Amino acid sequence: MSSIGTGYDLSCTSYSPDGRIFQVEYAGKAVENSGTVVGLVCTDGVVMAVEKLVLSKLLVKGTNRRIFTVADHAGIAVAGVAADGRALANQAAGEASDYKSTYGSSIPGQYLADRLGGYMHAFTTYGSVRPFGNALLISVMDETKGPQLWVADPSGTANSYRGFAVGKGKQHAKVMLEKLVAQNLTCEAAVLELAKIIHTVHDETSKPFELEMSWVGTPSGGKHVRVPADILGPADDAAREAVAEDSSDEDDEGEEAD
Amino acid sequence: MSSMMHAGAPHDQYVPEDPALGTTIMAAAFDGGVILGADSRTSAGSYIANRVSDKVTYLTDSIYCCRSGSAADTQAIADICRMYTSMHSVQCGERPRVQTAANLLNLLAYNNKDHLMAGMIVAGWDPVDGGSVYSIPVGGGIFKQDWTIGGSGSGFIYGYCDAHWKASMTKQECLQFVRTAVSLAMSRDGSSGGVIRTVVIDSEGVTREMITDKDLPFRT
Repeated sequence: MSSIGTGYDLSCTSYSPDGRIFQVEYAGKAVENSGTVVGLVCTDGVVMAVEKLVLSKLLVKGTNRRIFTVADHAGIAVAGVAADGRALANQAAGEASDYKSTYGSSIPGQYLADRLGGYMHAFTTYGSVRPFGNALLISVMDETKGPQLWVADPSGTANSYRGFAVGKGKQHAKVMLEKLVAQNLTCEAAVLELAKIIHTVHDETSKPFELEMSWVGTPSGGKHVRVPADILGPADDAAREAVAEDSSDEDDEGEEAD
Repeated sequence: MSSMMHAGAPHDQYVPEDPALGTTIMAAAFDGGVILGADSRTSAGSYIANRVSDKVTYLTDSIYCCRSGSAADTQAIADICRMYTSMHSVQCGERPRVQTAANLLNLLAYNNKDHLMAGMIVAGWDPVDGGSVYSIPVGGGIFKQDWTIGGSGSGFIYGYCDAHWKASMTKQECLQFVRTAVSLAMSRDGSSGGVIRTVVIDSEGVTREMITDKDLPFRT
């Protein structure tokens, strides 16, 4: 449901008559127009994938990162305004480091998500700043609770999910994720499945994309790292082929049906 | 230390001493929990200000600390640590861990080392790590150990503890170990004495006991 809020949308300090804060909703639009980001909690960890649209042929491959490691056991995938996302990832890294210095153990997922959400929320309460134009997917291997996926949106709310998607292809991606959640995949299996989701939801008519993926769990010794190239590469290729086959099957069906 | 506070007083003028916990304190882990033990003497110079002090202090329902050094300093540290630990547990929605309380106490001890005289032991039980014992000596530093002793009386019982501690003791064996060790220290250290207070902490809860003169394993 989109509408413009003429007159009530000039700053975060105004509500509309129907109780909406339009600036926060507009920040959400920046997320909706961004490349798709998906995350899935697996039996032995959490995997995240980003459809990183490549805006220029001159870009070095692998640059313009959208996934950040913020602690040994936690990482953040960013959708929306890239620069804002980078600032939030740095903030998260600071939170995780301070937590360890103060309390002596790794920052719990809930605590990190709440602190980041609170930080983002603060920027929705003043007219002199703007909200962060990001949704964050936070993957954590919590010391006591195991693998967790937290999602923070521009309003500053943070929730825990078994799987989630944000960005352009989120509707279709969520449908595919719901099926995957029931399958209780391992991280290894999820890498291929998430690659397929990204390839499926990618709009062929838009710019080309790079697949960026990370995992935290048993395959990485409990550390948040990028999925190694020798696993990501084949998964990327396999997903591309699988999606190409699916669409060529559809083409065949179209021809027969005259 | 108190002589520094009264520098410049004529040498024959009475100079009061700050209350100190001369002390023997200890904590030891057994199979399923921990036991904290302490004597009960608080001295101000040669005057025993309190002969039945409680040096084993509540931090949370399943985490306690032993205090040695300045009575005022250690009470203040324990109070502040209690507050921070409870706030953190509310924020996380989880039972506080012994590791958390110990690290918070260490921050206080280390960052204020110039102004404090406090040697403390934090021990308790939590669902993540089970029974744990942490030693935070004067000046800070945090050391997780199976057992630890502290205070002026501890120097007399290192040999006894080294020889008699063993891993995976039962609760009764550990209780006997703690009581005997503290009793031996009290019999040799002039700054330790009174009763022996023990606190047993396991998954079921906390049990406080006190033994007095005729029940002490060793007497002066």
